Amino acid sequence: MLISDIKSRPVYAGLEPDLFASSNIVVCDRAGAAAVADMLRTANGDFAAKTTVFLCAEDFVTPQALEAQIENLKPAATIPLPNLNAAVAALGERLFRAKMGTRVYAAGSEPLIGSTVQRAARFGVDHRSVRCEHRGSLKRRVQCVHCKGMTDDVTVSPVRCSNCGLMLTVRDHYSRRLAAFQGVRADAEVPGEIPEQQVLFQ
Amino acid sequence: MTAFALRRVRVAEVERVADEVKRFRLVDASGAALPVFSAGSHVLVTMHGANGHVWKNPYSLISAPDDGSGYEISVLRLASSRGGSAFMHDGVQPGTELHISEPVNLFPIARQGHKHILVAGGIGITPFLAMMQELAALNANFELHYKVRGLGRAPFCDRLLADYGSRVHLYRSDLGQAFPLESVLSEQPLGTHMYVCGPAAMINWALQVGRAVGWPQENLHSERFTAPPPGRSFTVKLARSRRDIVVGPQQSILEALEQHGIDAQYLCRGGACGQCETRVVACDGALQHNDHYLTDEEKKSGEKIMICVSRAAGSTLTLDL
Ligand code: FES
Repeated sequence: MLISDIKSRPVYAGLEPDLFASSNIVVCDRAGAAAVADMLRTANGDFAAKTTVFLCAEDFVTPQALEAQIENLKPAATIPLPNLNAAVAALGERLFRAKMGTRVYAAGSEPLIGSTVQRAARFGVDHRSVRCEHRGSLKRRVQCVHCKGMTDDVTVSPVRCSNCGLMLTVRDHYSRRLAAFQGVRADAEVPGEIPEQQVLFQ
Repeated sequence: MTAFALRRVRVAEVERVADEVKRFRLVDASGAALPVFSAGSHVLVTMHGANGHVWKNPYSLISAPDDGSGYEISVLRLASSRGGSAFMHDGVQPGTELHISEPVNLFPIARQGHKHILVAGGIGITPFLAMMQELAALNANFELHYKVRGLGRAPFCDRLLADYGSRVHLYRSDLGQAFPLESVLSEQPLGTHMYVCGPAAMINWALQVGRAVGWPQENLHSERFTAPPPGRSFTVKLARSRRDIVVGPQQSILEALEQHGIDAQYLCRGGACGQCETRVVACDGALQHNDHYLTDEEKKSGEKIMICVSRAAGSTLTLDL
């Protein structure tokens, strides 16, 4: 069962180009790249020319599909990275030297958005100034409140904690600092009584 | 706001710090310690003038935020003033008693920021005097960019230069010195915040420059209090309590209500905080919005009014009160 109307559940306003920004850095995955392409189309070529896209390549099925997307995002400079960790690390390297006027964007799954906002925050970027759009999978990153271990790519609830093995109910309670949703022991009331697993975050 | 506990204070020191600018030190009248405050806070000072006139003006606290032995404020005598600042200059001496509200902070330091650029014009320096003490105590990275008309006209220049040295950048308009805000803001590392306080035109300009060089809105902070502008007299009809109140030419709606013993919500009395937002039921003329709180769309809709500073141009205004 999901416990909803929880205030910390983030809402994402959608990508919108900041035409004043002196440079733009976008982190996206395959689904998010479509939103980035939309944004580049609504802005002008000038905006795209000031934009770097870090594209997580892992969910592209073929190298040709990846190449086609990179081509599609032109004239923005697109740098493919093997996975989210690599993309977020690349973002951090850019932000380390960045000046005010650099605008950060994130498009794709919630773990991607959360990790981007989290990394940017280390460089003093206010989370509200990161422009985000959720596209594609609803998969979540879940932190077990008991062992603090993280379980990635969660699409079901209850889910087994990848660290301590407890079955966890995935809540809507979100921590921006951890970029993760909270998972609480599913059989806390009656030990051993675990609700049926449902696919909730496809 | 009626929930405000008013505190009786005694003026302990008065010092002229520049042309038409005085500094006042206030201590608790019963000798108690004052609560510490966060830098950027202001208090409302209640003044009782001759023939029953009451002013409640917001003034930034300029003393050290962690010093509970007294609060200091600094007041510019405004030529166009409705009398509050003139009363502070002419009617207040050491020993005078006044009432103040608890400190309220509408202009806090962004604590997650990595660097802080303070932009002041004239008397707009006041909130930054406390902020700089707090930032220095935190060992934070900050700079002050202070536009002054001339040294005689600008309070606290010497003190600021002595305390903060090269962190202070003065721009003197009497020497024709330009304020290179655009290049200052273009060269800042990520995580920098700008704070601006000064004349309305300067605040608008600084916020615009910030956006134009690509700063996000979230990193641009401003504080401005508007003194309620005078205007024509009109009648406020209170829809719920079925009373008619006349607002005089020199009065705000809020002041007129208070004069008739009606308590309304407020916090800043300067059109900045949003606390006094009131629903308009009907109005037979245009609303004169003077606040900095409502969005342009809200102002155009005519559905809300900030009764601390805004007025109606027609003869009657019906409010949901
Ligand atoms: S009291 Fe703050 S806006 Fe009116």
